[in-house]
Amino acid sequence: MHVEVRGLNKKFGTFQAVKDVEFSIAKGQLIGLLGPSGGGKTSILRMLAGLETPDEGDIVFHGQRVNDLPPQERGIGFVFQNYALFKHMTVAENIAFGLEVKKWPKAKVKERVAELVELTGLKGFESRYPHQLSGGQRQRVAFARALAPEPQLLLLDEPFAAIDAKIRHELRSWLREMIDRLGITSIFVTHDQDEAIEVADEIMIINQGRLEQKGSPWEIYKDPQTPFVAGFIGESTIVEDIASLRGFADAAIWPGTKGLIRPEYIEIGKESEFSLLSATEAGKVKHIHFRGSEWLVEVAVGGIKLVTYRSLEKEVLHPGDAVQVLVHRAYLFNDNDSWVMENKLKEDPMPVHI
Amino acid sequence: MMRRLWIGLTVVVFGLLLIIPLFRIAQGAFDSGWSGFWHGLTRPEALHALLMTGIIAVVVTIVNAFFGVMLSLYLVRATWLGRKLKRLMNSIVDLPFAVSPVIGGLMIVLLMGPDTALGALLGRAGIDIVYALPGMVVATLFVTFPLVVREVIPVLQEIGSQQEEAAHMMGAYAWTTFWRVTWPSIRWSVVYGVVLTVARCLGEFGAVLVVSGNILFKTQTATTLVYQDVENFNLTAANAVALALAAGSVLLLLFMEWAKSRKEVH
Amino acid sequence: MTNMLQSRWWSWGFRSAVLLYFVLLIVFPILGIYGQSLSGGWHAFLDNVTEALAWKSVLLTVKLALISTAINAAIGTMAAWVLIRYRFPGRRLLNSLVDLPFALPTAVVGLMILLLLGPRSPIGQGAESLGFTILFHEPAIVIAMVFVTFPFVIRSVQPLLEELDASEEEAAYTMGASPARTFFRVILPCMLPGIASGAMLAFSRALAEFGAVVLVAGNIPGKTLIASVYIFGEIESDNPAGAAAISVLLLTLSFLILWIVNYVQTRRTGR
Repeated sequence: MHVEVRGLNKKFGTFQAVKDVEFSIAKGQLIGLLGPSGGGKTSILRMLAGLETPDEGDIVFHGQRVNDLPPQERGIGFVFQNYALFKHMTVAENIAFGLEVKKWPKAKVKERVAELVELTGLKGFESRYPHQLSGGQRQRVAFARALAPEPQLLLLDEPFAAIDAKIRHELRSWLREMIDRLGITSIFVTHDQDEAIEVADEIMIINQGRLEQKGSPWEIYKDPQTPFVAGFIGESTIVEDIASLRGFADAAIWPGTKGLIRPEYIEIGKESEFSLLSATEAGKVKHIHFRGSEWLVEVAVGGIKLVTYRSLEKEVLHPGDAVQVLVHRAYLFNDNDSWVMENKLKEDPMPVHI
Repeated sequence: MMRRLWIGLTVVVFGLLLIIPLFRIAQGAFDSGWSGFWHGLTRPEALHALLMTGIIAVVVTIVNAFFGVMLSLYLVRATWLGRKLKRLMNSIVDLPFAVSPVIGGLMIVLLMGPDTALGALLGRAGIDIVYALPGMVVATLFVTFPLVVREVIPVLQEIGSQQEEAAHMMGAYAWTTFWRVTWPSIRWSVVYGVVLTVARCLGEFGAVLVVSGNILFKTQTATTLVYQDVENFNLTAANAVALALAAGSVLLLLFMEWAKSRKEVH
Repeated sequence: MTNMLQSRWWSWGFRSAVLLYFVLLIVFPILGIYGQSLSGGWHAFLDNVTEALAWKSVLLTVKLALISTAINAAIGTMAAWVLIRYRFPGRRLLNSLVDLPFALPTAVVGLMILLLLGPRSPIGQGAESLGFTILFHEPAIVIAMVFVTFPFVIRSVQPLLEELDASEEEAAYTMGASPARTFFRVILPCMLPGIASGAMLAFSRALAEFGAVVLVAGNIPGKTLIASVYIFGEIESDNPAGAAAISVLLLTLSFLILWIVNYVQTRRTGR
């Protein structure tokens, strides 16, 4: 189903939960609503579902405005954060509920339930009650229940929040696969960026009720449109006085400009490891942490503290070592503008051809 | 050693305060043997009084169960009521607990007595409120109103609205949602509240005494009959009716325990 | 669509009916009694309240209610402790019996006390030979009040004791505290909110009690006439304004207590 939202606003008392949100979603896409808790993601989802009424703005499904349609008639599947399974019904009864409400004939209900039980791998658990299931199984039941009436849009509110970290990974890829197979337009809310990046076709970053940016995970990583997005995605350090770093002197042209540097923008090593020493800064290793697959190195350059990774294959650094630091690029921003700046000294003034 | 002492002390307190008095009533009812008890219970005035108590209990329980559940739903779920208003109403619900039954009765007399505008109006239409059954029902409704609400509201708050919202999303309207999703969760709390209401109806004394005028064969209930018998030093007869009431209460208490255990399971 | 319209009508009807019922049954009578008490103006109200017998009955009620509340706070705390912490035969039975005073009609309670403590009963005779009478005197009223308010303290302390983490107690022991010290420094402070709110509810109920007291108090004006019986007498003697004035006094006191209990509880649970 094609979903379009225009000028959406919602206030709870004096708290502006959602502010001028606009977007459109193409049929069959899987969209992640990503942002900090309390930022308005769930409110947007609930307005799409019809569980909250927007103060202003239009919600359009398939070119038809649905603002006045009650949730019962929107044809949406909704998976709640804590699943909201009916405690007093078995798995099969939970899944059949929506079909019985819609007065499907008994035989068809049975058939559809069997189909969904098969699809979600819940065979053998049909007559169990929710409290007899594991977290992952409950999530599957919630999913099957939402899908049973064949909705055209599936909304998921923090679908993995209540699940152990270990099973969460499995479930994520399972969900991705399932949605691909069914081709159903889906929107899910999460505050976990790894989850959004891993699962979603497109991410919408929501902060303080506003839509900060919408795009594929790669676009958002590569080209963040606002300082919030840049800081929210990936790890980063904010450098107040970015112009003092070698290669970024030009930043001084715009007073008040700060820089945001990701660990992966930085390279460190002994002098011998660099071919372009003129672009590097001298620094001192402060701490190193073993991260399982790499070293996380904290390094001080002048008064600036930076964080970066270092491959396990390279020579091991120790706290106190003098190192060279190459900052490839920084994301600069001030009150009016934001842009990505490459290290100006990296472009070798006298290229040497070997 | 301390343990023995405390347990012993508690058992003694319970025995003195609760168990012995209960036995004393039973014994008192049979002071003049089985026939004395039977006579006390089957006097025409006793039968009439028990009938009145029964009618009041049935009417009040049905009305308050219905309105109590509805009000609980609104106070917990309704979005059309402001939060502040809901909180205010929530505290008003408790007020009958704090009102002396006599005062509760007085309120009804003041509001609908024959001297008031409302009472006169209804009187002219041939409906007596005070010193008649309707007033007694209203007084009991007032006194028992919080019982169901207080049982149901915490459960509704605890189960949250998500299951209901899930039902809405699957196409179920309010009626279906209530019966298929909400009711199974609150059922035992409602039963518990209803049992409390019945117990209170059977035992209500002060409010009914004030409103009814305690007219023999007309507005006398079981408890006001006990009162009158005691005032007339007719203790054996009083004991018979009191024993019947106490037996009813103990039965309800057992039922209450059972309902409570069910409530905890679900 | 018709489905929707229909449900809208239904819900509108339900809402108005429930709200109307609520206002008519609860709000109106309470406003009515406040209105009635002030219908003769402030002076009449004050005259009614300060009338010697009325004032004495209120003071007596408050005094006796305080005594019975203190007794119940002590007994209730002990009983709650024993019922939660110790396992002994008959525990479940006692635990069910706690609710008995709530279930028993108050008139029946009055009769029970009358039979048990009357001049012809062993207890009554025993007291008589010691030179004092229980029935139709203050002790009987206190006993009646203690009986009807018995469950409050127990039922508000029990959940707190159940919630109390055993590790808190164990932590105190590991730090070398004696059992008595642990009780007073760790356990009692946990029970205190429950004792306080239970005691306040018991106090408010004791103030309001009528049925159990009217049968055993003797109702001698100025001596054993408590407020609710005084109100009843005023109604019987057709003086609704006097009854309403004292009622308002008692009501306001009870509402205040109820409000404090609610306030403390919401503060505690943080809702």
